[in-house]
Amino acid sequence: MAHHVLDMPIDAERARTLRVGDTVTLRRTLFGIRDATLIHMFDKGRAARLDLNGHAVIHTAPNVHRVEKSPEAPVGYTPFCIGTTTSMRMERFTRKLMEREGVRLIVGKGGMGPETLAAFQDLGGAYLAIVGGAAALETTWIEQIEDVDMDDLHPESLWQFRIRDFGPLLVGMDAHGGSLYAKVQADVAARRDAVLASIGASE
Amino acid sequence: MDLQLDEVEKICADLYLRALQLLPPDIKAGFADLQARETDATGRAILGTMVENIQVAERTRNILCQDTGIPIYNVTIGHNVGFDGAALKEAIRRGCARSTKENSLRSSVVHPITRKNDYTSCGIRVPVIHVDFDDREETVSIEMIPKGSGSENGSFLKMLLPSDGITAVKRFVIDRVIELGGRVCPPTIVGVGLGGTSDLCMHLAKMAATRPLGTVCPDEEGAKIEAELSEAVNALGIGPQGLGGRSTSFAVHVEIAATHITQNPVAVNIQCHSARRARATITPGGIAFS
Repeated sequence: MAHHVLDMPIDAERARTLRVGDTVTLRRTLFGIRDATLIHMFDKGRAARLDLNGHAVIHTAPNVHRVEKSPEAPVGYTPFCIGTTTSMRMERFTRKLMEREGVRLIVGKGGMGPETLAAFQDLGGAYLAIVGGAAALETTWIEQIEDVDMDDLHPESLWQFRIRDFGPLLVGMDAHGGSLYAKVQADVAARRDAVLASIGASE
Repeated sequence: MDLQLDEVEKICADLYLRALQLLPPDIKAGFADLQARETDATGRAILGTMVENIQVAERTRNILCQDTGIPIYNVTIGHNVGFDGAALKEAIRRGCARSTKENSLRSSVVHPITRKNDYTSCGIRVPVIHVDFDDREETVSIEMIPKGSGSENGSFLKMLLPSDGITAVKRFVIDRVIELGGRVCPPTIVGVGLGGTSDLCMHLAKMAATRPLGTVCPDEEGAKIEAELSEAVNALGIGPQGLGGRSTSFAVHVEIAATHITQNPVAVNIQCHSARRARATITPGGIAFS
């Protein structure tokens, strides 16, 4: 199990070196994205001003403070509490995010499904698991809100964060068909009948 | 005792922030219990990060999770309390909006059709307000629950048949927990509602999911099922965040109501590991937060 320190952005080849079970620390830049952002980008055909090519996106909608613009707050926001939302709701957007915007890595919680896994295999990408609900800790890894796009969707805007040693994150899905979530699901499915039998609820 | 509504407004504002910042002692104890029993290396590491996050939130006075949730206020009113009911509901609503503005909280509440956000954490019929009455003298308690969406999306109702029996109920719960996997931010509290009408059954599941750890279903038969299911979900191997391990849930809680001779309803509502709630108790002697 290797540990990777990634200075974002990266290319597809580098993304393919990540294997499930490896750990990752991200540096420099991370983009925040979620339901409304993706719906507007791909269902409503809205173009993003920010360049996501080679980057990592995190499934988030942060709590922020509105402040006067300054060198520390170039778009008038400072971080308050930035965490992670459940990824699976956004399953149908992964391939489009990778093909149209060039996204390489998705940071999220709870894992994603077969469409995402296939997109990672075809295009070179990976899913990095963060601990959901650990937002106070996660916020300490974020230095600044550098930019924001589509802020009419606030808080579901497209956010650009400057990060410091963001992680460790666990590679949950890779570009080689590996998925820790699928493995756990298969193990759980294999235990189901015995668990039901133990409470007298067999079919 | 007469309820002072400006005081209620302030209490409701304070409760929202307090709930978001401080995890109740029973949940912290629940983490310690899971940590003592978890053997999976990934599971142990994830539980450790969750506990570290609780400490970071306290140290940095931050909120625990980014999800400010759907705000729920449960008001319980005892004997000899004077209040204007409609004005009380307005005061709760004002407190919720005030907390959102003053504390820069993310308003997570939108119109269900237009998806418009008023940035107050309020909307049509939100915050959710439940009012109930109990036997205490000159006492009012207000419980605030910021219900996170990752786990709220793990909600199910099934109108099973009487002939399906309790075995189908148990199977339904186990299968829903399997289906949800890591999406609901395990370790969870699995809330199960049994009986009632469809709406009451769903409400029972929410009551169960938000009940303190260590409490037991007041009905003896319900308590038996609770104990059985608590063991069973932690034998599945879903683990913290769905990445494997024993610690799928702190507990399964069951709440029951009588039902119709033709019905066998079961509902599931999940509470994530950030099982936040805060309570204020108002008496003639003052206000106590817990």
